[in-house]
Amino acid sequence: MVGEIKAESLTKRFSQNDVEDVTALNGVDLTIQAGEFVSLIGPSGCGKSTLLRLIAGLISANEGTIYLDKDLIQSPSCERGLVFQDPNLFPWLNIYENVAFGLRLRRQYRGNKTKVDEFLELVGLSDFKKSFPHQLSGGMAQRAALARALINTPKVLLLDEPFGALDAFTRMNMQDELLRIWKEQGTTMVMVTHDVDEAIYLSDRVIVMSPRPAKIEKSIDIKLFRPRARSSPEFLALRSEILKILDFGGKVIEPNYYL
Amino acid sequence: MNILKRWLPTISAALALGIDYALPNASSKYEAAHPYLRYLLICLIVLYCVYALAAFWSRRARDWIDRKALFAGAVILVLNIYNVVSKKYSLIPTIYFPSVDRILAVIVEDRSFLLSCFLSSGKLLLTGFLSGFAAGFITGIVVGFSKWGNYWIMPVVRTIGPIPATAWIPIVLVAFPSSFAASAFLIGLSVWFPMTVMTSSGISNVQNSYFEVSSTLGAKKWHQMFKVGIPAAMPHMFIGIFNGACSSFIALMTAEMLGVKNGLGWYVNWQKEMLAYSNVYAGLLIIVVTFSLLTTLLFRFRDHVLQWQKGVIKW
Repeated sequence: MVGEIKAESLTKRFSQNDVEDVTALNGVDLTIQAGEFVSLIGPSGCGKSTLLRLIAGLISANEGTIYLDKDLIQSPSCERGLVFQDPNLFPWLNIYENVAFGLRLRRQYRGNKTKVDEFLELVGLSDFKKSFPHQLSGGMAQRAALARALINTPKVLLLDEPFGALDAFTRMNMQDELLRIWKEQGTTMVMVTHDVDEAIYLSDRVIVMSPRPAKIEKSIDIKLFRPRARSSPEFLALRSEILKILDFGGKVIEPNYYL
Repeated sequence: MNILKRWLPTISAALALGIDYALPNASSKYEAAHPYLRYLLICLIVLYCVYALAAFWSRRARDWIDRKALFAGAVILVLNIYNVVSKKYSLIPTIYFPSVDRILAVIVEDRSFLLSCFLSSGKLLLTGFLSGFAAGFITGIVVGFSKWGNYWIMPVVRTIGPIPATAWIPIVLVAFPSSFAASAFLIGLSVWFPMTVMTSSGISNVQNSYFEVSSTLGAKKWHQMFKVGIPAAMPHMFIGIFNGACSSFIALMTAEMLGVKNGLGWYVNWQKEMLAYSNVYAGLLIIVVTFSLLTTLLFRFRDHVLQWQKGVIKW
């Protein structure tokens, strides 16, 4: 198995003009096993997206190091696929060409044409090859974005709130799709999300982060069998545990009057 | 009603032909060696008849004529009115407003000379346009992608760009060995400026996330330029090409005043000085038709390249 991520004492500061620097991450240590599905959850400003971008190599840390299978991460690479909340499909290419983009860049398209069809099949878009991105619905566009990232057979797939912009039903469908793809491909998945249910439903482990100073609050193993029932007592127990850590536990307030 | 509309151009042309036959000419000054207007009208009648008939079974012909019929009918009517006002009743000065017959006569009888003018204008325009386009494309990319280019080149572009072609004439005449090179330079300059500005602004308006995504798909700096930056900036570039084409047409007319001895702009100027207005109109007619054909071609080309922008059907 490949795709183990090891981050050691990561610190990232963003300079804000004149004012003192904002610390987005403060000495974060994190190990993600190969093939693991991990969710990063926390309120905005807790540095979870920063952590993801550091792993992607889009930004570099002020202190600390990240390794992917013993290789130091310094710049973006096709080993670490990235899917944003906005699918960011290239509007000038049709769906087929979007998915084939990575292969063409690395001059591997000629020998691997069937691979494009394979991945379109994997995300269920075989009938929409010739469509342009603006012709697809949000969910379909996001599937295409998944296929585009997965065709490079990345060791890690980084997901930055991938289903955040989708409606509730599409989101639940996409979550099942993602699980199926994960099982088929065995890629390590690191997902940033705001949705506690989503995190529990999908992940092997949920990492709860807290802001100011941004650090990892707690790492919770989700030891539930898949497929998981979203309303089972175990599920709900985990949910309230995580919400409590996030300070949304809900203090019970005595109502002023009873009906 | 629609069927009647389809026959409007034919009816309008037949009416014009009838009037031309029925009314006497006001003066022999209007007459040409042949009644060219009648020939033209007969051609139009045949053409629109064929289309109106073809519309009964061909869908393409039907769409085309249903869209164009009203406009074509109106244009032919205007031609008819002009004919009546000038040739038939001489209500406007003969010297400035020659009859359609005379204008068409120039095109037919002077055709070999006009063709040589057309070709030399075409050569000048093509040379100037292509070199200006290439220079603008390259400058635009340098300015759009590199901070260095933006700092050093952009101010130069902004200073030089808005200077009109005529203002360059004194310098250009000294700086270039031949009047052809000087003229081509003026045309190139007028294309270069809009092309540079639109290309660089197109590139700097590309969403950063496209570059980020492409880099996680394995794109190097080079790929990001040619596989992401340039295709994404394409719509802007086409605006640059259109603006460039329009200003190149204007610059062509200016450039042909630089001592060249051939070309449509030169022809029009020369004939104007000789007060040969039918020749002036003939030259202008050729210019107008050519330029509108060129713009139509450009539009077609853009629609083909920017196919992905069209249609917003969602499913």
